[in-house]
Amino acid sequence: MSTISTVAAPVSSAPLGRSLWGDAWVRMKRDKIAMASLGVVIFYFLLAISVKLGLVAHNWGETVGKEYQPPSLENWKLFFGTDIFGRSVVMKTIYGAYISMTVGVVASLIAIPIGVSLGAIAGYFGGWVDDIITWFYTTISNIPGILLLLSMALVLGKGLWSINIALGVTYWIGTCRLIRGEFMKHKERDYVQAARSLGAGHTRRIFIHILPNVFHIIIINFSFLFVAAIKTEVILSYLGLGVQGVPSWGTMIDESKLELARGVWWQLTSASIAMLIVVLALNIVGDALRDCLDPKLK
Amino acid sequence: MLNYILRRILYMVPILFGIALIVFLLFNVVGGDPVLLMVGRHATPEMIQELRHELGLDRALIYQFGDFLKQIATFDYGRSFSTKQDVMQMILRAAPVSFVVAAPGFVITIFLAIGLSLFVAFWRGTWIDKIIVISCVFLISAPSLAYILFGQYFLAYQMGWFPISGFDMSFPAVLSYIGLPMIIWLVLSVGGELRFFRTVMLDEINQDYIRTARSKGLSERVVMFKHVLKNAMIPIITSVVIEIPLLITGSLLIENFFAIPGMGSQLVDAVNTSDLPVIKAQVMVLSMLYMIFNLFTDILYSLVDPRVSLK
Repeated sequence: MSTISTVAAPVSSAPLGRSLWGDAWVRMKRDKIAMASLGVVIFYFLLAISVKLGLVAHNWGETVGKEYQPPSLENWKLFFGTDIFGRSVVMKTIYGAYISMTVGVVASLIAIPIGVSLGAIAGYFGGWVDDIITWFYTTISNIPGILLLLSMALVLGKGLWSINIALGVTYWIGTCRLIRGEFMKHKERDYVQAARSLGAGHTRRIFIHILPNVFHIIIINFSFLFVAAIKTEVILSYLGLGVQGVPSWGTMIDESKLELARGVWWQLTSASIAMLIVVLALNIVGDALRDCLDPKLK
Repeated sequence: MLNYILRRILYMVPILFGIALIVFLLFNVVGGDPVLLMVGRHATPEMIQELRHELGLDRALIYQFGDFLKQIATFDYGRSFSTKQDVMQMILRAAPVSFVVAAPGFVITIFLAIGLSLFVAFWRGTWIDKIIVISCVFLISAPSLAYILFGQYFLAYQMGWFPISGFDMSFPAVLSYIGLPMIIWLVLSVGGELRFFRTVMLDEINQDYIRTARSKGLSERVVMFKHVLKNAMIPIITSVVIEIPLLITGSLLIENFFAIPGMGSQLVDAVNTSDLPVIKAQVMVLSMLYMIFNLFTDILYSLVDPRVSLK
């Protein structure tokens, strides 16, 4: 019951001018499942950072047992058994988490700035600038996504960086469309007109006045982009176009294609469960963010 | 109306030009020299030169782009690098296979999702609603590859209900081959569709006209079927129609995994062998198909919903 009282207190004593963010946080904290999911996402991030720093799974390539050793509890490295070379499936899965989180972050960091800046320019200025940008994203959105991704991954060469770039360059369209719509609405609002009459220039109106007011949309969009990037990386790696030489959930699933018939189910299960958990958590957090931040649903 | 359709078709020209430009830039400018991939390691410089000339790759980029536009206009994308067959023939052979594999799963998914979303909307806010929504999020969060691999292992390998892989287009045999892809498609996509349809239904339920319908004494069943379902069908149909061209590549992973000779497998093979003519042709053909269906949905939308202005 103590959790309820701590949550309820700020609601009753909230100042009248609580910000959108403060308000969203209060409402998000009330949603237990969403908070647990947020914890899971943070855990995956910490895991990825630990791999990056060389604290865990950097030695995923070393032999820890015989080939295809089934899962056992004697050692944490053997929780999910071993692969064909006697390497720990747990460590490979952790390394795969690092790859997935990296792709999610980097692809979003490419897609969101492109989408936000083009969307802002198109929505704010309108006219021929809008025509060109709209033409550009309509063009790309008319190419079926998987075809564009495979083409880009092929042209840029195999590897993590081409996946990042291919995903980033493909996924900015949704962000751009959303932000363009918001900027078209906001530029006519009274507060922007007021800023204008006070002498604020275009740059100031775009960045200081409108952008903070549409920022919540970027955050919601980020959570969905992240999921899409993780899922696509797994598919591209499975098809052999993704990461090379290091484990990823996609390459693990690819390896397990031939293992299942031999009764070796642990590599597939481990990669699938690891992915299911983080995607599920991200989906729940994304939905919760939308519910908390979208003023229309208040 | 006719004016609107004509304007929309005219607007497709710059979009198509843009797609052609992107594909051309990707493969002829950013990408490496396809000739080096084609001739292999033991080629002499003369052989390379000859092949480049044959493919028109030694001409200025602007002429190469002109050639590509001519290919698009005539639907003649030349021959495949690896199979040496006519690319358009290859696509026309693979497309029906993809369609036969994907369509049954797609249709069943849509009908099931519409039925379930009505059911869920009827029980909105109760535990039935919550359980179904949570299961949907679960279904869409699991990796699609896991469904395919476990599906093959349990249903085909262990139970022996379906062939393990392969394909046969002749009539009775085809049924056994499309069974498993159909089941996989269903579990793979029913969650996403149901979630979307549910939102659409709930949007309708909160409208004023539904309150009017209830207040004049109509039963909840009549309200759901006669009013909510009818109006919700507009966004549902548009979202479904636009997915049809994607059916062809939608089951790319399924086709690739079960060795079904459809467009998805063809694309993966083409990517693995750098068979550029096949990839270029698939991108162009499917993008055009997508544009046509897009136009089709917009026209449909304006026909069923008089509020949509034809500007």
